[in-house]
Amino acid sequence: MTEFVAPEIDWLALAPLIVVLGAGVVGVLVEAFVPAKARRVTQIVLTLAALAGGFGFIAVLWPQIVAQPVQVVGGSVTLTPFALGAQGIIAVLAFLGVLVVADRTSTGQDSFAPTASAVPGTSYEDLARRSGLEQTEIYPLLLFAAGGMMLFASTDDLIVMFIALEVLSLPLYVLCATARRRRLLSQEAAAKYFLLGAFASALFIFGVALIYGFAGTVRLIGTPDKPGVIGVIQSGTAPLAGMSVLLVAGVLLVTVGLLFKVGAVPFHAWTPDVYTGAPTPITGFMAACTKVAAVAALVEVLYRISIGVQAVDPEIMRQLQIVIVVVAVLTMAVGTVIGSVQTDVKRLLAYSSIAHAGFLLVGVAGFNPQVQSSTLFYLLAYGIATIGAFGVVTLVRERRITPGSGEDNGPVGDDGVVLGEATEIAQWAGLGRKAPWLTGAFALFLLSMAGIPLTAGFIAKFGAFSGAVSGGLWWLAVLGVLASVVAVAFYLRLLVVMVFQRAQDEPETSQVEPVETGGSTTGGGSTSEGATATLTKTQVTTAQRVVVTVVRSRGPAAVAIAVCAIATVILGVFPSPVLDLVEQASKFVP
Amino acid sequence: MDITNYVVLAAVLFAIGATTVLLRRNAIVVFMGVELMLNATNLAFVTFARMHGDVTGQVLAFFVMVVAAAEVVVGLAIIVTIFRTRRSASVDDVNLLKG
Repeated sequence: MTEFVAPEIDWLALAPLIVVLGAGVVGVLVEAFVPAKARRVTQIVLTLAALAGGFGFIAVLWPQIVAQPVQVVGGSVTLTPFALGAQGIIAVLAFLGVLVVADRTSTGQDSFAPTASAVPGTSYEDLARRSGLEQTEIYPLLLFAAGGMMLFASTDDLIVMFIALEVLSLPLYVLCATARRRRLLSQEAAAKYFLLGAFASALFIFGVALIYGFAGTVRLIGTPDKPGVIGVIQSGTAPLAGMSVLLVAGVLLVTVGLLFKVGAVPFHAWTPDVYTGAPTPITGFMAACTKVAAVAALVEVLYRISIGVQAVDPEIMRQLQIVIVVVAVLTMAVGTVIGSVQTDVKRLLAYSSIAHAGFLLVGVAGFNPQVQSSTLFYLLAYGIATIGAFGVVTLVRERRITPGSGEDNGPVGDDGVVLGEATEIAQWAGLGRKAPWLTGAFALFLLSMAGIPLTAGFIAKFGAFSGAVSGGLWWLAVLGVLASVVAVAFYLRLLVVMVFQRAQDEPETSQVEPVETGGSTTGGGSTSEGATATLTKTQVTTAQRVVVTVVRSRGPAAVAIAVCAIATVILGVFPSPVLDLVEQASKFVP
Repeated sequence: MDITNYVVLAAVLFAIGATTVLLRRNAIVVFMGVELMLNATNLAFVTFARMHGDVTGQVLAFFVMVVAAAEVVVGLAIIVTIFRTRRSASVDDVNLLKG
């Protein structure tokens, strides 16, 4: 009987995670004990403080970790410079994302349903809306998701990675279902995300089981006294060393689970639907932060496995590389080609996010650990542009105007007046005149995503493609550049609509669907149709019409968009301080 | 009986679960497929633990169970919400988002 030895725990190294996840737990208690009126402010302050505090600890830890990476609790949390860098990026992006979430805009409403569980269109939902209920639980959920992402990016233990995967996914599934408007779409998005997400995590965990079967451990690096998968492969002491099929199948399944979270083709099917259906601030948060966490975890797993496999069996290594290359090519192709025919802004941004997953994988596929700092820079640039872009989408709304009631110039506080987001690209026509600053910021984000020089996206893409070239995959880099050119086309199309086209604010009714049928009833000739058409025409003076309007931010979202825009420019013009910082981060093994 | 049979059984159960997810139309049944996959994983974990004479795999099975329970909570909540809205749990009816 061995004596129990209390583990030595480096609390400082765990501090960023403890602060964020601990604040999530406190947030749950806030829901129970703080009076309803003060709840929202308390939650927002707590959430922002936790993320800022987490980032503060990361900054304090940075010099120490760069000098000497640490393994905490036997490697369950492995803080390499790369992992800590990913944590820092997640904390920053989550902070900006929460700012967008917290904004109630000049309509006085946030983007979330008063009670997400109420059946849409019932009197109960009406009552909840009238009495001004708010679902402040979203803030602790965001903290749990952010904490899970930070853990996901910084562990060596595949089981801890699995749990982190669930800790980040489960809150996101719930958050997807909470939109204030278009609630059916929102619930549908949540169901799709949940079913496919659960399927992917089942694949992931079965992969872990197979790796455990092969190696007898679920740690990749392991500790000096208990070697992990890498050590076991290199020393040939795996319990089932003969059955390398277990290892190959396991690594493939784990990779599939991670690629699903990354949103890479052919595991991307959920991305457009979920990004469209989820409340827009949540879409921004998960598009940016989940991508960072998933790509960081993917890079860590693949590169650590490759260290072990490369020496023993280069053939397995080559096959793994082929898988990543094929997925990268498919992802870029699908993201850019299907993205270029989208008519909805949120969907377009979703496909753009898929395309970016492809560009990131191009950088990863070189399997050159030295250049993985460029992956971190890419994630930062992409995340900033994404949160900013979705922040802008939250402010462009539809507005129903009833002529004669004086609402044209009246206050826009009532629920019936400002509707949901205007996400059709055609509706964005003329936005440049309505809101020049907002359009300018959005243009900047699009240019950064397109990779135009003097924006962060250019430096990021340059880094990712040189990663592929340094790994000998120059043709993949060429494909990447070609895909970027196609992507530029669809970003520019949106820009042209916003800046050069006139707004189509001619009267439209929202009540009676076939409004122009007066002229365009195409020879149907049936009496009832004719009657409807006449009726519509006579009503057209009093009919309500929907115009596109830009609501004012109450501060937080404006700050987030401004910070994102400024950061995009600064990272594009003076990238060297940040590049130097991430340069220290290309280290995966303590 | 040879212990590798349990690994084969786990793989078969996992494949049945995955097929269920991909082919069945009812959200609840799809979800049951996911649960079957997770339980197949548990069987694989404990079998490998027995093979290696190592308790790690048994402990991991507990983690998987906890995660499966948490998934049930969130998943059923979402499916029930949709059912109350639409009076249907078929994944084919849930098709507003396309393209």
